[in-house]
Amino acid sequence: MKRRTPLMSVILLTLACGGAGDRTVIQNRGSDTLVNVAQAWAERYREIAPNVAVAVSGGGSGTGISSMINGTIDIANSSRAMRESEIASAREGGTDPIEHIVGYDALAIFLHPDNPLTEITLGQLRGIFGEDGTLESWSDVGVSVPGCQSDEIIRVSRQNNSGTYAYFREAVLGESEFKLGSRDMNGSSEVVELVEQTPCAIGYSGLAYATEHIAMPCVVVDGGACVTATVQTAVDGSYPIARPLFMYTAGTPEGAVGAYMDWILGPEGQCIISDMGYAPAVEVDCG
Amino acid sequence: MPADSGSIAKVDLDHRGRSWYVDKAVGGLVFVGGVSAIVFVMGIFVFISREGFGFVFGTLDIGEFLTSIEWRPTSENNPRYGALALIAGTAAVTGLAMLVAVPFSLGAAIFIAEFATGRTREGLKVLVELLAAIPSVVWGFIGLSIMSPLIIDTFDQPVGVGVLNSGVILGLMAAPIMTTIAEDALKAVPDSYREAAEAMGATRWQVVWQVVLPAGRNGLVAALLLGVGRGFGETMAVLMASGHAINIPTSPFDSVRALTATIAAELGDAPRGSEHYQALFTLGIFLFVITFLINLAADFAVRRGAPRG
Repeated sequence: MKRRTPLMSVILLTLACGGAGDRTVIQNRGSDTLVNVAQAWAERYREIAPNVAVAVSGGGSGTGISSMINGTIDIANSSRAMRESEIASAREGGTDPIEHIVGYDALAIFLHPDNPLTEITLGQLRGIFGEDGTLESWSDVGVSVPGCQSDEIIRVSRQNNSGTYAYFREAVLGESEFKLGSRDMNGSSEVVELVEQTPCAIGYSGLAYATEHIAMPCVVVDGGACVTATVQTAVDGSYPIARPLFMYTAGTPEGAVGAYMDWILGPEGQCIISDMGYAPAVEVDCG
Repeated sequence: MPADSGSIAKVDLDHRGRSWYVDKAVGGLVFVGGVSAIVFVMGIFVFISREGFGFVFGTLDIGEFLTSIEWRPTSENNPRYGALALIAGTAAVTGLAMLVAVPFSLGAAIFIAEFATGRTREGLKVLVELLAAIPSVVWGFIGLSIMSPLIIDTFDQPVGVGVLNSGVILGLMAAPIMTTIAEDALKAVPDSYREAAEAMGATRWQVVWQVVLPAGRNGLVAALLLGVGRGFGETMAVLMASGHAINIPTSPFDSVRALTATIAAELGDAPRGSEHYQALFTLGIFLFVITFLINLAADFAVRRGAPRG
């Protein structure tokens, strides 16, 4: 029975595209950060509502949003909020995108375990990663890192179309840009891997990617307390670089899409996203 | 009678049997095969031009493209498309790769063509061709997992990926194909040249150095140019071993970013038809033109260099 699932979904899709059959297909596209979660949701939901098939694809937040503007999908996944201009052009095309926050992703700061730094301020992060930043060596930050003879801060960043990159720029650098010359990794796990091996390195990525071989300093918010990145601090908003993860529906969700969104924001859907290492959007007890 | 014999001959010539049709069909197939290369090259060129030319002649500031290192295609306020650092990265890696590949491939070619005999020679040729068949992602693995720790330990560097790592990897990748072409160039030097030199009392090394290498010079240049083309176009190994940092390299240990690696890393997420997407196609056009010119130069060198006599 299980083996026939891919074939069945192909048949379902064909039927739905032809407008025939009484099964509903929900088209869901966008963010690569969310794609694994969206797939897990879709797979689980098939067991709950066998007459609804959710077709999930990735392509990045921008792809999902432009498909929403073109009106070719039912739900867009995005790790950033839609811009005013994007919402306006969607409305021009007759689609009214409605925002739903389905979870949170805390961006943790990663250091080599030998790095003695235990707390870092947003100002220091700007100095290290920002275009006008002047912090180039670990002694500028006030620490000496064993195993890092050159004292140079090795910045580990993400490729420039990643939602993680865009969110870090917005939340930490504000109007400024990244300093050129960072090692731009193609995935969060590559960032963690390089920082693990490199005493001089500093990087950032989703909390879900942290391992036991990596150090995470707490982050000081403008003279306030130092907050450690955890699912809890991401949910209550005290961690300064936690981003909401969005799903946009075309108009107020009704029918099958509405039921699906309700299920995602209900206890079962929220426990799935929490199992994948992200913070749930609502408080749930997953046991 | 002349008329009768003429008509008989005509009937015989008009006889279209099975072999006639087979001949025509195979002729047609071979023609399609031969022309397909031209069709594909033209098709690819038309495709990348269609995606990129609107940008090249519209938004793009060619001066900025060639002189600025600011590659910030996803900036919200002020996207910038400076490819200088990417070009410099590709050039530095390719240059170092040639420094590694030329001695290896030239030495191997001279040994195979002039000194080795019998089974040694056949075995070496097979091994060199096998080396050329190693997938580039495997070379990338070697760069990450063997070269990188080696560079960190040997030179006491904080990071092991960069120009040196990817240059050495790329050099080893380019060496086999350069060896094969260089060997062909040396084999093409007529034996009469060698015999004449030996008759005048030259040693084997003198024959190679003063007669064979100068005579095969153009073929060797072609081998070098094809190696350079390979270096420019290689993606996967460079993506893995170069460090992928926008940076004009000032030392062999610096991390750089290659043109190809930038396209590979960013195209997947760039929304279709956006400026960023078109800018990546512009990098593609640039690469296409460069490798086309290099191949043309190599072809020219081979033609001009066909030894006489």
